[in-house]
Amino acid sequence: MRVALFITCFNDTLFPDTGKALVTVLERLGHVVDFPAAQTCCGQAHINTGYRRDAVPLMRRFVDVFAGAEAVVAPSASCAGTIRDLYPALANETGDASLAAAVRETGARTWEFTEFLVRRLGVTDVGAYFPHRVTYHPTCHSLRVLRVGDAPERLLRAVRGLDYVPLPQGDECCGFGGTFAVKNADTSVAMLGDKLRAVQATKAEVCVAADNSCLMHIGGALHRQRAGIRIAHIAQVLASTESERLA
Amino acid sequence: MSDDARAAMLARIRRAIADGAPRHGAHGVSAHDDAPALVRGVPLDAATCIARLVHRVEEYRAHVEVTTHDALPAAIAARVAMRGARTLVIPADLPVAWRPAGVALREDHALDVATLDAVDGVITGCRLAIAETGTIVLDGGAAQGRRAISLLPDWHCCVVFASQVVGDVPDAVRALAAAGSLSRPQTWISGPSATSDIELDRVEGVHGPRTLEVLVVRDARRQGAASSVIAAATGRPPASAA
Amino acid sequence: MTGIGTRPGRPLPRFEALAPARLDDAQLRRNLGKATATIRGKRQTVVDELPHWEALREEGRAAKAAVLAELDVRLEQLEARVRAAGGQVHWAPTAADATRIVGDIAARHAAREVIKVKSITTDEIRLNEALAARGIVATETDLAELIIQLAGEPSSHILVPAIHKNRSEIRELFVARLGQGDLTDEPRALAGAARRHLRAKFLSVPMAVSGANFAVAETGAVCVVESEGNGRMCLTLPRVLVTVMGIEKVVASWDDLGTMLQLLPRSSTGERMNPYTSIWTGVTPGDGPEEFHLVLLDNGRTQVLADSVGRQALQCIRCSACLNVCPVYERTGGHAYASVYPGPIGAILTPQLLGVEQADSLPYASTLCGACYDVCPVKINIPEVLVHLRGRAVERQAAGAGTHPYPRLERLAMRLAAWAFGSTTRYTLATRVARVALRLLGGGGAVTRLPGYGARWTAVRDLPPPPAQSFRDWWDART
Repeated sequence: MRVALFITCFNDTLFPDTGKALVTVLERLGHVVDFPAAQTCCGQAHINTGYRRDAVPLMRRFVDVFAGAEAVVAPSASCAGTIRDLYPALANETGDASLAAAVRETGARTWEFTEFLVRRLGVTDVGAYFPHRVTYHPTCHSLRVLRVGDAPERLLRAVRGLDYVPLPQGDECCGFGGTFAVKNADTSVAMLGDKLRAVQATKAEVCVAADNSCLMHIGGALHRQRAGIRIAHIAQVLASTESERLA
Repeated sequence: MSDDARAAMLARIRRAIADGAPRHGAHGVSAHDDAPALVRGVPLDAATCIARLVHRVEEYRAHVEVTTHDALPAAIAARVAMRGARTLVIPADLPVAWRPAGVALREDHALDVATLDAVDGVITGCRLAIAETGTIVLDGGAAQGRRAISLLPDWHCCVVFASQVVGDVPDAVRALAAAGSLSRPQTWISGPSATSDIELDRVEGVHGPRTLEVLVVRDARRQGAASSVIAAATGRPPASAA
Repeated sequence: MTGIGTRPGRPLPRFEALAPARLDDAQLRRNLGKATATIRGKRQTVVDELPHWEALREEGRAAKAAVLAELDVRLEQLEARVRAAGGQVHWAPTAADATRIVGDIAARHAAREVIKVKSITTDEIRLNEALAARGIVATETDLAELIIQLAGEPSSHILVPAIHKNRSEIRELFVARLGQGDLTDEPRALAGAARRHLRAKFLSVPMAVSGANFAVAETGAVCVVESEGNGRMCLTLPRVLVTVMGIEKVVASWDDLGTMLQLLPRSSTGERMNPYTSIWTGVTPGDGPEEFHLVLLDNGRTQVLADSVGRQALQCIRCSACLNVCPVYERTGGHAYASVYPGPIGAILTPQLLGVEQADSLPYASTLCGACYDVCPVKINIPEVLVHLRGRAVERQAAGAGTHPYPRLERLAMRLAAWAFGSTTRYTLATRVARVALRLLGGGGAVTRLPGYGARWTAVRDLPPPPAQSFRDWWDART
């Protein structure tokens, strides 16, 4: 299959290794990977902060850039969720019926990485090797917007050498929430504190998730506290092999 | 002024919903006359229905006992004795067989609240009972009396016939409609009075009766009328049909 | 008393200003954490036992959406049925209208005291204060309402207004205010104290005021759901009963009522059924009040109804399941929302009832985690409405309204970002600048201190060192 990557502005700028890991895994599985160079940002932060009109050109751009792609795959549940869950209402507001139709059609082709592997490609064993104790934080948007279900856990359990430890109260939000982390910094930190305690209770070496944004929030605090637990995008674990550790 | 307020509110509502959301009903017609069938659980057979009622009522920490028509008077007398009740209020139409001997019985003919507050308990029947939720429904009909008499006394003994037990809430609504009870004052009772207001933990016993006893009469003698009403209303045989 | 509830025209204090004091209150955090964990577990157990729960939720949603779409017809139908059954119906466009109507009824009967069944709607209209201004004492009879009335505090939860208090705090309050000195802090003993305290009032006060959980248009029946029996007392014993009901509480039919009575208790207290449900139609001679008044309240509801996205908030049946699963509510408690409607539902209801510019921090008091939507028994898409209301808040801020502390700065930043992301060249440049800036701030390592609002991030979190190369650069170099 020919897969168009939507790397997201956030991963492109701050976490390029995540995008590289996607390329590694998809090519290992025999797919052709494409990175449409005109892509920028989906506008999630604009929509979720209330600047809906500013997001409309970004939505149009997204639809144009990925028109005709067989599958659009993103390493972020919240960005994929923007396309599938937030764009339709925004497109309706423009009153542009062809845009609304294009948005719906694009959404149907847009996948978060782990759900793409398990649901669309039907793969759980991607040939990875990662001999570490790992816990997984199911991000809210993977769990309750995209409903990826147990796809990430199934992928992790199929990784050779990996010691998977479920995260207690895993389905509770980490407190990131985009601009919430700054607008409601105190509440965000209170939520983060409980998430850190849960992560530490697993005695994992690595905490993974399907969103680098939540991971930056969790990992930033783990780093500050010198907790000795590192973070990685789940794709980095899935890309790792005996010869190359990528997380 | 009141007419103005009414007209203003209705006008605001009509403006608010003028964006064309679909309108379903019509004046005076049940919304569900042409509505799709209600969402339902798995139907229960008669024996399961009774067993579930007993289990669910017990879970509210009410006393439940299954008895027979012939053994009912003795069962009532035993509960009264165990309670140590000396004066009871009863609806004026409580069947004679349900009236225990050896205690002062006050038939309710508009007794005042002080009297109702002073008695040790009350014995009533019910309109129906709901197995799924462990609920008894009173509607002021036969052997039930007005609402106050089953409220003020601290001990409530309620007799339920197996033929009065329905499976779930939708069954109950249909049965109440068939019995002509919809406009009567209803009290749905699920266990003794309780509160979850302290640390969200349920404890029994606040203002309503702190003790509820339910006597379920297994055989359906003399309840033919009620049972056929329920069967007709719910499309299911009453629980005692087995 | 805060809240919807603050006098009209005065904006609510911002959520982020109220939250820190609550977050620092370790006792409050413990009380809330324990109570919400208990109720979440109970709810899950009774929901899991119904295999058709999801279908029931959809039935509940559909019933509520349908009645809202024909609200005028259903209210007229309800009015006609209540009148035919001997009740009186009043229409109250505003809180002031409603409190005047109730006060007038009390005055007509020379009532100096009324007993009340727990009703958030009457809290919303500040009925107790309005009655007090006319020399009428309103006594709350629900245990939690009694607790906060005695403490002089506002409600912090829809179902359990005193959820922020634990048993020993309640015991101390009862000892001090009810003069019951030999009390233990056992919930059973505390409930017994409330029983003794209120019994005489139930037997003697001639007028009661209640809210309504539901009213059935097809027959005029009104329904109140409760646990303690204080509701039955108030609805049965006084001569005069006044029910204040938001217009959105009407359901079309008894079948719909049946649906709601399956959804509400399981979602609310985590019970298969609540102990007592009272349903009455007008007046029944010889049984219950001789006079029944139904007050239909608007107070901003038609404004909510006019918003095609936001109107789903009116489907709410006040179960409070969304509060109990909300990670924000669990940590801040209800008082940070400054409204009688706290938590996720409050964050979408309060701004719509008051006007979004009066409460424009509330739509942001959420991470959009979606836990509320999953548990809502009538499937209100709370995250969708939150995002929608953020858009409306920004529109109002652009027009100079609202309480945002730095609206121009935020707008500028968002505009700038959208402009930068509008072309690949600008995007590449902007992200490169960002990486360079972060490298300078971090001296090549992790960034431990950001300037300006970024400091709120680095107060407890580091930023990883920025990568030397973006994905895009790597991809270009690769091919």
